[in-house]
Amino acid sequence: MARRTPVPRLVLTSVVAWTVGLVIFFPILWMLLTSFKTEIAAFSSSPSFLFFHWTTENYAAVWTRSNYLEYAWNSVVISLGSTLVALAISVPAAWSMAFSPTRRTRGILMWMLSTKMLPPVGVLVPIYLLYRDAGLLDTKLGLVIVLCLSNLPIMVWLLFNYFKDIPKDILEAARMDGATIGKEIIYILAPMSVPGIASALLLNVILAWNEAFWSLNLTSSHAAPLTAFIASYASPEGLFWAKLSAASTMAIAPILVLGWFCQKQLVRGLTFGAVK
Amino acid sequence: MATQQTQKLARILIAPSIILLLLWMIVPLAMTAWFSALNYNLLNPVKTFAGLGNYRYFLSNPAFLSSLLNTLVLVGAVLAITAFFGVLIALLLDQVIVGRRVVRLMLIAPFFVMPTVSALIWKNLLMNPVSGLLAWLWRLFGQTPVDWFTQVPMLSIILIVAWQWLPFAVLILLTALQSLDQEQQEAALMDGAGAFDRFFHLTLPHLARPLSIVILIETIFLLTVFAEIYVTTGGGPGVQTTNLAYLIYSQALLQYDVGAASAGGLIAVVLANIAAIFLMRIVGKNLET
Repeated sequence: MARRTPVPRLVLTSVVAWTVGLVIFFPILWMLLTSFKTEIAAFSSSPSFLFFHWTTENYAAVWTRSNYLEYAWNSVVISLGSTLVALAISVPAAWSMAFSPTRRTRGILMWMLSTKMLPPVGVLVPIYLLYRDAGLLDTKLGLVIVLCLSNLPIMVWLLFNYFKDIPKDILEAARMDGATIGKEIIYILAPMSVPGIASALLLNVILAWNEAFWSLNLTSSHAAPLTAFIASYASPEGLFWAKLSAASTMAIAPILVLGWFCQKQLVRGLTFGAVK
Repeated sequence: MATQQTQKLARILIAPSIILLLLWMIVPLAMTAWFSALNYNLLNPVKTFAGLGNYRYFLSNPAFLSSLLNTLVLVGAVLAITAFFGVLIALLLDQVIVGRRVVRLMLIAPFFVMPTVSALIWKNLLMNPVSGLLAWLWRLFGQTPVDWFTQVPMLSIILIVAWQWLPFAVLILLTALQSLDQEQQEAALMDGAGAFDRFFHLTLPHLARPLSIVILIETIFLLTVFAEIYVTTGGGPGVQTTNLAYLIYSQALLQYDVGAASAGGLIAVVLANIAAIFLMRIVGKNLET
């Protein structure tokens, strides 16, 4: 069925696509290269792209300056924790809206999304005070709660759109054949909803990992995740470009690798109902 | 087979989400409303009743109007850039390409980068007027390097944020393109429709729905952009890059004026709701199934 693309056209589109891809990717690539330069080379106004003295001294410096593993561990616990809790709450909700919709379903969905439009800063002080009184400041649990709630609307919406497209006829057919509710869930619904749940999980982990506002304002030392780790490199202190690059690479590497490996799973459910 | 029993089950299943979100919305909002009626400064232990004073103060602050404008400019510009280039890049990726998988990996990478990191990388490695790569590029072509965050601070923020959100638009639009009916395309081709006709009459209408999704989701996140401003300009120079979120932040945590910040917070909430209604009206039409 697929017609062969004429060679000149293939070459042209490939060249254009690679150029665009490289331009978009360049800031990340440049960060990676800079992280292996000496500070002098990193600050040089005539940049070198490959032929410089490669060194790992920046990684060593970042490693000794701050406790990377503790930040990374906090990031893992917070993003995974908030995602799992959010899934446990949003899957049933999305499920119920997709399979027994009422007149109010769309309204409820839109209301949920609108809660996400409020600038978090509008409620920062109350949350801060409540957290202080509850002893949740600078705890992983505190961030798990906030991030779970703030991402919940997106999760419900993504899952709703995914579940909605599961054909209901299959269920009817299964019922005709005498399947019980339990069997229905195990053999039909669960396998069909796994891709949607997987991509909701991935998206939420990414959002939580990269979340900066609450992480910066509600943590100081014990529960600070990698976003706080990197913010401590925000103000210049002499020559710091290479060290900043090394720290940045360390902060994004885990999630970038995860995202690349799970690209397919992420994209499959990330349509938000964009494809009918 | 919507029996009463399943309806009841459905309500029980959805209850936790609704209750939690209601609490999450109402409790802090009520407290914010209360603080907004007080003279409440973190440096001053005495709180007194202020009535509507904080609102008057916040609304008459010239920074308020400019922050409102900045918020709109930021959201609008980033939406326009990501939608336009998103469509172009999605169309490009929909072609047969040598090494398409690698190109796709490169294109979606910015989506995984945390805002603090991307802002710091752009500011220090790319946009630095002396050692930045863009300055080098400018000099290569005999131009005077741009001092990005001083000369065009808002544009700089827009570029950074657009770079972060472009992959999201591309992903959604590409998925939609790949579901486009091939036979219809072939038929149009047979009938002698040119590339432009096919794009404007077949492809673009097909993209209306995914584009609405992109606009909706991005707006939700763009209205509350914070980290990118926090680590680059700190809202400056002056208030040139202060959006509403950053203005409230600086009122509360840099000037310790909780009362005024709370009034600002409530005003932001009202504005966000107006934006939400507006958006749902426009976008909602495309989302009806």
